Amino acid sequence: MNISVLSGKGGTGKTTISTNLAVRLTTKGYKTQYLDFDVEEPNGFIFLKPQIKNREDVAVKVPQIDEDLCNGCGLCAKKCNFNAISVVKGKVVLFEKLCHSCGLCSIICPQKAVTETDRVIGKIEKGFNGKLITYRGILNIGEPMGVPIIEKLQEQTKSDYINIIDSPPGSSCNVVHSIEGSDYSILVTEPTKFGLHDLKIAVKVVEKFNIPYGVVINKSQQDNIIEDFCNKNNIKIIAKIPFDRKIAHKYSKGDLLINDEKIASIFDSIISEVVEVD
Amino acid sequence: MKTLVVISGKGGTGKTTISSSFAYLAKNKNIADCDVEAPNLNLILNNKLIKKEQYIGGKIANINKVKCIKCGICKDKCRFGAINSNYEIEEAKCEGCGVCFNVCPNNAIEMMDDETGNILLSDISGGKFAYGKLNIGADGAGKVVTEIRESLKKYHNADLTIIDGSPGIGCVVMASITGCDAAVVVTEPTQSGLDDMKRVISLLEFFDIKAYVIINKYDININKSEEIKKSCKENEIEVISEIPFDNYVNKAIKENKPVILFEESLAAEEIKKAWNYVKEELKI
Repeated sequence: MNISVLSGKGGTGKTTISTNLAVRLTTKGYKTQYLDFDVEEPNGFIFLKPQIKNREDVAVKVPQIDEDLCNGCGLCAKKCNFNAISVVKGKVVLFEKLCHSCGLCSIICPQKAVTETDRVIGKIEKGFNGKLITYRGILNIGEPMGVPIIEKLQEQTKSDYINIIDSPPGSSCNVVHSIEGSDYSILVTEPTKFGLHDLKIAVKVVEKFNIPYGVVINKSQQDNIIEDFCNKNNIKIIAKIPFDRKIAHKYSKGDLLINDEKIASIFDSIISEVVEVD
Repeated sequence: MKTLVVISGKGGTGKTTISSSFAYLAKNKNIADCDVEAPNLNLILNNKLIKKEQYIGGKIANINKVKCIKCGICKDKCRFGAINSNYEIEEAKCEGCGVCFNVCPNNAIEMMDDETGNILLSDISGGKFAYGKLNIGADGAGKVVTEIRESLKKYHNADLTIIDGSPGIGCVVMASITGCDAAVVVTEPTQSGLDDMKRVISLLEFFDIKAYVIINKYDININKSEEIKKSCKENEIEVISEIPFDNYVNKAIKENKPVILFEESLAAEEIKKAWNYVKEELKI
């Protein structure tokens, strides 16, 4: 079972929900994996502190030009839809970071002068927190595209495990590739106008892909702005985590929250809502 | 003309709170909300929409069912798994590369314009404000950012452009910081805030852009704030402001105003100081 945790807005508590939920599930005896898909800023390991067992580079394919074969015709530059190739004075210039690794240039080159080579853009780490299996993807600084790492992480989900997918913020390609194949999405929000505005974006994302979902209100206070929206639109609120400076302090140090009985019971109710349904 | 970008690495640290107040304090200005995936600045800035433009950032394949002979070549060559077993394009997966279009032996595939989103331009007091609305799952969010910045340049000649950036370090952030004179990095005293700040500062170094750090809600964890200051000192980065946790910040968002308008707010006072410092440094 794949459960993705997303939010639209950054900093609402995706990682807090994902890490605590993953540990709680493991404690309750579920075979669980935690996967940090927020490859631009992966923070889950701060809280899970796993023992790293394995590191693997993630590479993408980029073209390589055989200058002896290339006659400078410029067809590759003309056909590339990502402006990743240009031909200056009969010589091919590559802009590797714009390349989407589609392979078109190597297919269409009339001289067969284009082959492909690997370019490393980041890595995936695997580790353990007790029985909990943890993965995270890390995009190298200066690399624009995280999707290839996200796709590699998708390959690590296991069908006989509960896979908790800690998604990136936003609503673009990174998010869509993260929630692909999710059986359920948890949308984490906070009771502010910003939180509500971006929750609506997150709702659009999961509805577009027909993924069942529920809302967690983090830093919940007196304000009912999220409840009103959810009630009006028949959206289920599966949990509320109160605003509390003690919680904020724990988070700031990189501690998990579920050592506190009251918080643990909130996570138990999320589990019964999302996992323990028939 | 100078350009200042407000970024953070980690989401939710207070970028929009800072940039909306800076936007209020600046005189002859352009303001760009480049958090195109979840834009919030338009909720706070008093603005009047004057123009909405569709933005086509890429292409998407379309298969003509009549012409398609189901030979399977396109499916075989597509690296994004965007052609399903019924020979239909899965829109969310198609990146618009055109491989299928080029390999189809029966000319059954055409490449169509793909709408990435909309760019909205507004009047604000003292200048113009632009933001984007990205379509769900759109590729090319970075291109929308570039387009937002270009459109502002076209409509108003400002002394300063302030960019409200997005979380992360990827294409959207890179498009936001390109060509900027300085960056304000808003962080919070948490381990995530610290780690993410380091990553975004490395990115700024990569682009050779000077960084100024603001620690927001510094009193949530004073020890972490000290750690952030130490890390900045080691890397010769100035911490220009430490903003206390302040309920006025939430009140301001609730009332759709920049927090700077609340005279008793301690956060507002600190933001003003930070602004004066940045103004001096940028010579505006």
